[in-house]
Order: sequence, then C-alpha cells, then structure tokens
Amino acid sequence: MADQNESNSLQPQGSNEVDITSVEYEKVDQPGPKSFFVQLQGFWLTFATMFKKVNTVQYPEVKEPTAERFHGRHQLNRHPDGLEKCIGCELCAWACPADAIYVEGADNTPDNQMSPGERYGKVYQINYLRCVFCGLCIEACPTRALTMTNEYELADSTRGKLIFEKDDLLGPLRAGMLPPPHPMYPGSTDTNYYNGDVTEAHPSQEQK
Amino acid sequence: MTTTQENPTAQAVELITVVIDGFEVSVPKGTLVIRAAEKLGIQIPRFCDHPLLDPVGACRQCLVDIEINGRAFPKPQASCTIPVEPNMIVKTQLTSPVAEKAQRGVMELLLVNHPLDCPVCDKGGECPLQNQAMSTGNAETRFTGVKRVFEKPVAISSQVLLDRERCVLCARCTRFSEQIANDPFITLNERGALQQVGIYENQPFESYFSGNTVQICPVGALTGATYRFRARPFDLVSTPSACEHCASGCDMRTDVRRGKTLRRLAGDDASVNEEWNCDKGRWAFKYVTAVDRLTTPLVRGADGVLAPASWPEALAAAAAGIKGKRTAVLVGGRATTEDAYGYSKFARIALGTNDIDFRTRVTSDEERDFLAAKIVGSTTTYRDIDVADHVVLIGFEPEEESPIVFLRINKQVRKRALKVSAVATKLSIGVEKLKANFIKVAPGAESAAVTSLELTGKSVILIGERASETAGLLSTVASVAEKTGAKIAWIPRRAGERGALESGAIGALLPGGRPVSDAAARVDIAAVWGVPTLPANPGRSTSEIINALNSGELDAVVIGGVDPLDMPNSATALAALKKSFVVSLEIAASAVTDVADVVLPVAAITEKSGSFLNWEGRPRAFDAAVSDSLNRSDLRILSALADVMGESIMLGTVTQAAREIASLGKWDGARVQLSSVAATGAKSVSNNEALLTSWRRLLDLGTLQKGEANLAGTARKSVAVISPKRAQSLGVKDGDILRVSNSHGSISLPALVEDIHDDAVWVPRNSFGTQALISLNAVHGEVVSVVKA
Repeated sequence: MADQNESNSLQPQGSNEVDITSVEYEKVDQPGPKSFFVQLQGFWLTFATMFKKVNTVQYPEVKEPTAERFHGRHQLNRHPDGLEKCIGCELCAWACPADAIYVEGADNTPDNQMSPGERYGKVYQINYLRCVFCGLCIEACPTRALTMTNEYELADSTRGKLIFEKDDLLGPLRAGMLPPPHPMYPGSTDTNYYNGDVTEAHPSQEQK
Repeated sequence: MTTTQENPTAQAVELITVVIDGFEVSVPKGTLVIRAAEKLGIQIPRFCDHPLLDPVGACRQCLVDIEINGRAFPKPQASCTIPVEPNMIVKTQLTSPVAEKAQRGVMELLLVNHPLDCPVCDKGGECPLQNQAMSTGNAETRFTGVKRVFEKPVAISSQVLLDRERCVLCARCTRFSEQIANDPFITLNERGALQQVGIYENQPFESYFSGNTVQICPVGALTGATYRFRARPFDLVSTPSACEHCASGCDMRTDVRRGKTLRRLAGDDASVNEEWNCDKGRWAFKYVTAVDRLTTPLVRGADGVLAPASWPEALAAAAAGIKGKRTAVLVGGRATTEDAYGYSKFARIALGTNDIDFRTRVTSDEERDFLAAKIVGSTTTYRDIDVADHVVLIGFEPEEESPIVFLRINKQVRKRALKVSAVATKLSIGVEKLKANFIKVAPGAESAAVTSLELTGKSVILIGERASETAGLLSTVASVAEKTGAKIAWIPRRAGERGALESGAIGALLPGGRPVSDAAARVDIAAVWGVPTLPANPGRSTSEIINALNSGELDAVVIGGVDPLDMPNSATALAALKKSFVVSLEIAASAVTDVADVVLPVAAITEKSGSFLNWEGRPRAFDAAVSDSLNRSDLRILSALADVMGESIMLGTVTQAAREIASLGKWDGARVQLSSVAATGAKSVSNNEALLTSWRRLLDLGTLQKGEANLAGTARKSVAVISPKRAQSLGVKDGDILRVSNSHGSISLPALVEDIHDDAVWVPRNSFGTQALISLNAVHGEVVSVVKA
C-alpha cells in the first residue's frame, strides 16, 4: 500500500490543474484617469525640490559628521594617568556574535604595570572583516575600556591590514597622561581608578 | 561531578526508599540525601559537598526540607550531611518554598563578602558560584556596606595563589589536603567574618598534589600560577587524554588554545585516579613548546655538522646508514604502546635483530627474566590494593614514583588502617604518611628482609623498577609470592614501560609476552607480520648494546626517546654512540642529538594519538589534543623508514598498529622460567665509607619538566641523608655540607639527619644540584666515601 501511495504521489496531477481562466472573478470599478490639474499636483513636489537644499554630499571631498552615537571603529581607552583601562577579561570576545575579537590576558608585574590591578590585555585584536558594529562588546566591557569612535573609513587593500592590533586601537595619550608601563598612582588601588579618584599622572609615576 | 564509587564486593546492600520532591528512589543505606537527589536528576546547589571528601556541611547552600515519619525538622537541613532514612520525605527548592528561600538567603550571605571581580578571575565562565548565583541568587543585592578586603593574591606555594576575598569557606581544599593527600599544609584560620584559608607560618603549601585543590575550588579562591589570566573556558578546546609522566595512568583533560596547551586537568576515572592527579601531570607540559623542539629532520654532512634536510633526504640517509649493518634499537620508556610496538616490529623485520631494549636505566638479566616470567600479562590492579590485607613496597617510593598509587594506598590506610610495609634503606616522607611498617635494610640487603614478611593470598607486593638494582631481590620476591600466593605488581616510573614490555621492545620477548626462544611463538608472530622467519637468538640488553657498539660488534643504533644520562655509565654510552651510526627520533634536542648522524623530529604526546599501558596493564588511550600539528609519531616515521629500506612494516597509522596488537592476542604457551639469582647482600663499609642509595623525586631535573619554574619551586630540597649515628661520628648537624664521593666524582649537598640505615647515605638521583648517576656513576648499594666538606 505504501509503495502504491508513493508512486501515485509522483504522478503529474494534470486532471486537477487549475487554469487561470477558470477562476471566477469579480468586476472592480476602475476610477478612470484623474483630471489634468490633479496630475500636475504630483509634479509639484518635483518642481519644489529644485529650490530645496541639496542633501547629497560630495564624499570623499566633503565629509559630514556622523550621528553622535554612530558605531564606528573601536577605541581602547586609558585612565587619566595613561594606564590602560583594558584588563584582558575577554568579556568583549565572549559577547561578540561574529567572533571578531581575540584577547589574551597577562599578569601586571611591578616592572610592567600596564593597567591598574593584577591583569591587563596583552594581545588585543579586532578583525574588521568580521565585525558587524553591533556594539555588544561595548556593553560587555566592565571597565569602559572599549568604546566606539565615529570613524567609519575602514576599507583597506589586504585582509591582514583589517585585523587591528592593540596599538591600532589604543586611544591617544592626552595631556597629563604617561605612556604605560608605569606604576599606579601613588597610594592608590585599582578601586580608586574605577571610582575616578585619579585625575592625572603623578610625577613619581614616570619611569626612567 | 562524579557519583560515589560503590563497593562491588559488598554483598546484599541494604536499600532504603525515600521520597524526594514526590519521586521515590531506592538507594543504599548511608547514602546522603544530596546524592539520592542526584540519582533522580534533581540538582541541589552546593559548594562544599564533594563525593570523594567527607561531608562537612560548611557552606549551607544545599538546604532542603526534610520530614521523617511524618515529623518535619523545624528548619531546613543541609542535604550533604544527612544520610537517607526510612520514611524520609525530602522537599528540595523545587517543591518547598521554605527550602528555596533558605537557599536564596544563604547565597545572599555568601555574596555579601564575595568581590565582584569576575572579569579578572580565572574561574569566570566555569564557576559554580557564578552559575549558582544565577540559578539560586537574587539579581539585586541588598547589601550596601563595605566588603571585607584582604590582600591578594597570596602565593601559598610557587604554583598556587590564594585570593582570600573570593573564598566561600567550603573547606574543600583543606579537606582534600588532609584526607586525600595527607599533606595537611593548609587550614582554616580565624573565626567569623575573618575566617580564611591559610598556611603554616614557616611551611609553604608544598604538596605533590596541590593542583587538585585548584581544580576542586568552587570559586576562584585558589588559582594556578601557570594558568593565571591565560584564557577563558570558551577559548579552550578540551581533549580527553592520558598522562605521559608516570605509570599510574591518570585520566586527564588537555585544554588547548590555538595549538598551545594552556592547562591540564585531572580526568574522572573511578577505577584509576578517581578525580585526582599529581602536580607533575598537571603542570609539566611546556616541554612540548620549548625552544629546543626539533622541527625539521637533520642530517650530519661530510663536514660533521648537522644540517636541516628534507624528509626524503633524511630517511634515505638513515636507511643507507643502517641497512645491512648490524643495528640495535634503544627505545625509551616514554614511547606509547603503539610506538613501542613499531620499534619492536622495526627491529625484527627491518633490522633482523632482537637487539632492542626499552630499559634505559640500571637493569639486570634477572629483571628481564622476572618481567618475562611474572609481569607480562599480569593483572594486579588498583582494586587489589583496595581489598588487600597487606601492601608491601619494595624498591618503590609511591609518593615519588607513582603518586596515584600513593593516594590509593593512603585512602585505604585512612579508611580501614590497611597494613603497609616498606622494605627500604631510608624512611621517606611518603612511607611515614602511610604509617607503614618501615623495615630498615642496608642497601643491597633487601632480599633477606623480603623473606621474613608476613604475607597471605590477599597481600599485594608492589615492586619498583629500582628492585633490579639489587641482585637476587626480584627472584626472592617471585619465590616469596609463589609460596604465599601474594599478588605482585611491578610499577615502573615511566608511562610507557609496561606497554613496551607487552609490545616486545625487549630482547627476550616478542609482542604479547611470547618468548623469543620459543619456536612456536616466533611462528605465531611471523604469521601475523607476514614474514617467513624472525630472528631466533635472544637480543642484547641496553648495557650490552652499548658495550657492543663500543667494541664494534654493532655498527649502528636507532634510538628514540632516550636520555643517555639515564643510563649507567653515561660517558661510555655517549662515547659508544659517537662511534656508531645513530638515527635519533626525538622531540627536542638532547645529548643524543649531539652525536646523532640523522635526527628525525617526532610528535610530542599532545600532538599524536596512541595509548599507554599503566602499571596494571590497563590501556590508557588518548587522542591528539593539538589537531593541526605537522609532527608525526615515531610509528609513522619508522614505517616510512622501513619502506625506504625496502622492508615494509606496514604500520602507517596508530589505528593500524592498535588493531594489529589486538589481533595478536595473549600468549598461552610456556613462559620464560625465572632462575633463582643468589642475593649478594650489602657490601661492607669502613669508617668514612657508606653505601649509596637514592631514588628519583617526583619533581626533579626530568626532561619533561623543563621550563616549569613554578613547578620546580615546590620540589623538595636536595639533601644528603645520613643516620644520627653517622652524623655524630662525622660531627655533622642538619644543613652542614656533606661531600659524597668515589673514584668517579663527587656530590656536595647539605646534610639531613633522618631515619636511615647506619651504613647508608641517601642522595636524590636527579634533583637540582645532584645527578648521582652522572657524578658518581652509581645509584644503589655502591661504596662511597662521606665526609664533612
């Protein structure tokens, strides 16, 4: 029985085919052509636009600022004294839906203090061929080390160049910052850094 | 998480039926409520509970409502401490709002002082506290005060770091150290909110098993220095593996990130290592990625310099050097069973010789016959230790030489005061911890002590590889065992020795324990291998091979996984190798590389699959943890070399070799007879002389522990041990430098006065600052002079 059913189902069902002409239809009243004046109204928009301000931007000669919260290239931020905020916890890599982030943590040592506390990100890579700029990594970051800039010009000629290393991602050293590695602010712990107690580098932090 | 191991021999276990969350379950009497719930698949949150540790009820996370005979406990009870009873009705958090609220409350209290440093904590992602805070905790904290702060981290040894803030005081680590490892070096100090795990003031946490506390810590309070901040669980690819460090045969898990091993954990095999392993197995794996790893084949050119070569070039050079020449094979005890089988088959077919030996240490013909007569195919297991009435240690230091055997004996000593006797020259820390009956003998006089042991058919004699260093000892043990019916187990130090023995990587035996001297056995193997005949004359031992190379009776040698510094008379061995054509199969540059003519790099353990046979003869199979390695196993290279020589051994893959080994089956014909060897007894010593005795420590200068600074930090200090009597006559106290010397050389070490035979002096065999075999060319029973330096 089963076999028969199967072979039956493979037969073309010509007799049951439905022809388009055999479907019943209902006649709908068509409104007919609009008056000339009404048709002109449609052209009014086209005409009026000629006198409006042009939205087209002559990119790349002219660059418009992006929206304030545009998701652009990432940046690894620094504490006000220059120490890195990244602690290499890999939560960004964990959150990433595109597996675009690769992080390796390492120990801070007294002569190689890169961030406050015990741990820093030794390797930090973002693969912009994979990144979908969803921003989940930013939400995951527990120290606000990772944020997004408004930079969007990320095209390049090779795949390798689009894997950004830590050096490419780190934010610039601003006034009052010292390039790490250097010791933490005298008398402070990592908690002070997170509470915002450290506002600039102390002269004693400079390493000879 | 494991369930407890039931005792299979216990007859007619009384079953008790309880109702948990409305479901009936029957469990043996004495089962804890939390275990009974597990059996139903009901997970009660817990931290302190561990199936292999005594219940303690420290964390209070597993609270449930219990009612017996209709009478309810007034308050929720810790299910990890209460055994089941008849007519017990248990309501877990799933059915009792009271239990649910109680668990939430406990979690809230545990989190009051727990720091929110999950982003920098190694446990993050595999943390029972994280997981159970999600399942059992509140999303918002009500605690607004200041958390307790401790200095962090505290290095309680060079391997283990302690973050006291994160500790939930479950006492798993302290209970493990006390109950399982018998190294009570950590304890809970202080009381109340200040309670914390601590070490004794002048005694760091230097246990050989400290790594297990890191693994069982349910929070990130104990972390390993080597793995600290290296990766997250989701980065790691885990592969079940076996430990290559000793013959205990631990089940392991190897975690790899991007082709690099980052950590190894103890696997869970109730019949072997339970859930434990030793620190060497856990933390000695960097040799695989060491800088001296060999990466390409090397061929020594006409100018005498080793130069990189392609595989076809190197194989052709090797084949040209050994084909038609009188060639022997030396395979170290580190080879997997399949690799050893490959060497064995290669020697017999491609080289047409029985000159093969896996024993690169002090050996004897007596040992060879003993192994062939008593050990091949023997079936003494860990289970036999569990049910033994008396365990005897001969030439064997379980804690140093096979740590899991130590744990197993210790478990029985703790559980039922198992009687342990140790025939040794020196009382060791391990033997002391086993509360063993220490039978003190002079080095070389062990045999006499063995004959006077009280043994029954339920006794187990554990013999170490060092027993071969005393003439007559092994045959005495064999005859004593035969007389009393006691079981014998031979526990070598290296992981591959039992496998090599069963694979016939020894002159007197073919695979499966078939004696070379037996024509039927040769026909057996020749038929499987598809060759007309096999060489019939028995092969040379390691030292005979070295002598033959030296005298020119042999021309060449294929040598794999051998450190010539392990051999007696290492200078002679190196000179012999220098004279001969040497084909070396090695993972890293060694002393052999310097004298080799062709060097063929092979895969390390994480890069290949295979199996070991542990001391029980139990196969410990493992897969490649690093899947994309280009390194090939010894087996595959030997097979290729044999092909180039035109003498194919047809062993292209590990699977092929394993299948062939399985197809050989066991030998049921006559076994080698062990002829009795006369015991020579201890040598006599004069005033300033002593008899040397030594053994290798677990953590020492071993090749596979290279580059492990954290591990080496917990190695025991190198000392020369003398008896109080000798100390008095020399006028020496602890810490004074002793000079142990003979005609070959000398060793200077700080003295330690301990319980040792008056005629003896003990030095570690291969530890930091002392390599007895190289410096003195002696290890056991030889006369040395001992003076104050």
